[in-house]
Amino acid sequence: MRLLRTFLDKQAPLFEEGGKLEKLFPLWEATDTLLYSPCSVNTGTIHVRDGLDLKRMMGVVVFGLLPIVFMSMLNVGRQAHLAIAAGATPLENWQTGLFQALGFDFTNALWPNFVHGAIYFLPIFITCFAAGGAIEVLFSVVRKHEINEGFFVTGFLLPLTLPPTIPLWQVALGTIFGVFIGKEIFGGTGMNILNPALVSRAFLFFAYPAQISGDAPWIAANFVGVDGFSGATWLSQAASGGMDAINNLGADAWRQAFIGFIPGSMGETSTLLCIVGALVIVAAQIGSWRTIVGLTLGTFAMSFLLNQVGSDTNAMFALPFHWHIVLGGWAFGTVFMATDPVSSSFTDKGKWIYGFMTGVLVVLVRVVNPAYPEGMMLAILFMNMFAPLIDHFVVQANIKRRAARHEAVQ
Amino acid sequence: MKAAHKKALFDPLVNDNPIASQVLGICSALAVTTKLETSVVMSLAVIAVMALSNLSISVIRNFIPPSIRIIVQLTIIASLVIVTDQVLQAFVFDISKQLSVFVGLIITNCIVMGRAEAFAMQNPPVDSFLDGIGNGLGYSLILLVVGFFRELLGAGKLFGYSVMPLVTEGGWYQPNGLMVLAPGAFFLIGIFIWLLRNFKPELRES
Repeated sequence: MRLLRTFLDKQAPLFEEGGKLEKLFPLWEATDTLLYSPCSVNTGTIHVRDGLDLKRMMGVVVFGLLPIVFMSMLNVGRQAHLAIAAGATPLENWQTGLFQALGFDFTNALWPNFVHGAIYFLPIFITCFAAGGAIEVLFSVVRKHEINEGFFVTGFLLPLTLPPTIPLWQVALGTIFGVFIGKEIFGGTGMNILNPALVSRAFLFFAYPAQISGDAPWIAANFVGVDGFSGATWLSQAASGGMDAINNLGADAWRQAFIGFIPGSMGETSTLLCIVGALVIVAAQIGSWRTIVGLTLGTFAMSFLLNQVGSDTNAMFALPFHWHIVLGGWAFGTVFMATDPVSSSFTDKGKWIYGFMTGVLVVLVRVVNPAYPEGMMLAILFMNMFAPLIDHFVVQANIKRRAARHEAVQ
Repeated sequence: MKAAHKKALFDPLVNDNPIASQVLGICSALAVTTKLETSVVMSLAVIAVMALSNLSISVIRNFIPPSIRIIVQLTIIASLVIVTDQVLQAFVFDISKQLSVFVGLIITNCIVMGRAEAFAMQNPPVDSFLDGIGNGLGYSLILLVVGFFRELLGAGKLFGYSVMPLVTEGGWYQPNGLMVLAPGAFFLIGIFIWLLRNFKPELRES
């Protein structure tokens, strides 16, 4: 260990001011602080420093995401193999070639599922990190700020919100757009008004709707012409068929959706593992339980209201609360996207309002908007815009209350 | 060319661009720029209306009673817009149909009214005429840049000719649907303003 430290220290003058590679200081700094805790101390009057720096904070979120990453690999393979068992043919691409070259066949079992899924997940994951990392380094060199770990979490979140069959160049383009427009032009990590991972996804959603709208099959197998196998996500089926479509899925369907063995974006399917992730980030006080509870309440209130109102023409009105929370990206978005400490509200009261309104909007978009089956991404992005406004009013109310109290005392 | 003329003509192109630094005329810049062809025709229409309205208002500026000047300006601009609309319908009917209401809406374009009120009411006809052309060109610059990228990225075409053959037609280019939507134009205008301010730091607000 000491060897590494001495090595890093020896390189330091090269990158510090006046050194040969001065321009690449952010790169050196990033390597150094990733390996060792920085020994810098505050120079101002405040000398209390939290042991939990940005890097450790991001590490906790990634830790909470890991079960979902493994689940996503498992489920991508599982869905493909189920489709193939139902009569679909494997896709003709290098992924299938690699899978067969490794000596696996298309059976629905743990290891083949896992490996087949990993062959789809990992390239997307690597592409995302390469593209986002390149933009991040470019900006930190030009703007002369440190390389931030902010992208670390974005790089984990984004692949999990994408379907396995998305072309890799779209992943790269979306990542670049998200990091660039969603974050860097606002000043980098901590300054963004929107969640960068969702900006990326929204870009891909509107730019290339054919690959990502959820109507088109998201299963890594070719089942055009296979009878009795639609391949559409369950949320999409509910949007077109209502509760009848849901009831047709079988008696065990809700439990399956809760555990996550359903078609969908790679990481969004398992509500169970999202709850586990929620426990991790809430226990570490990184994600706010207020946002999560507020969002759940909002979803419940709005879905209950729409259930009561009912509609003869729109079948989605009848979808109950317990189905809303297991379909689509609800759980994943609630736990990992809406709670983003940067783009959500800062004040405690604000988090309640922000969460509740997001919950209301999700149901509203899902049920009332005919164009998009899923509303989680749009609801969170929309409320991201309002988060500073909510904070403003919460703060103003507090100032007013205290001013009134001050007046009363005098 | 006199310095004042030069300033009136070229300042609005970059330094005082009506869209990029005054943020006027955004509405039509979003609406008509899905294709380069419509952008060009719209640009020409706006240049014509602006130059002529500035000229005519400047000529009679000393006879316009201050209390009803807005009405007089509007009457002149409206007449010019109607004439432009008729000319477009007569000679380029297809494009005129695509532009639909947006030719008529030139009258509500803040740039036209703004220059009439801010410049033509105080300056002699030649200066005003050049100012009108300059501002029209500044508006056109953005329209053309936005139209260029939106048609190229959104449909793989330029002026309707295929530049990047689409996947659906056996080519390789997957069209970017965002560019066809209005937000695409917002992103492009935003990036344009960002680049402009990067190269001309004096345009930034303190």
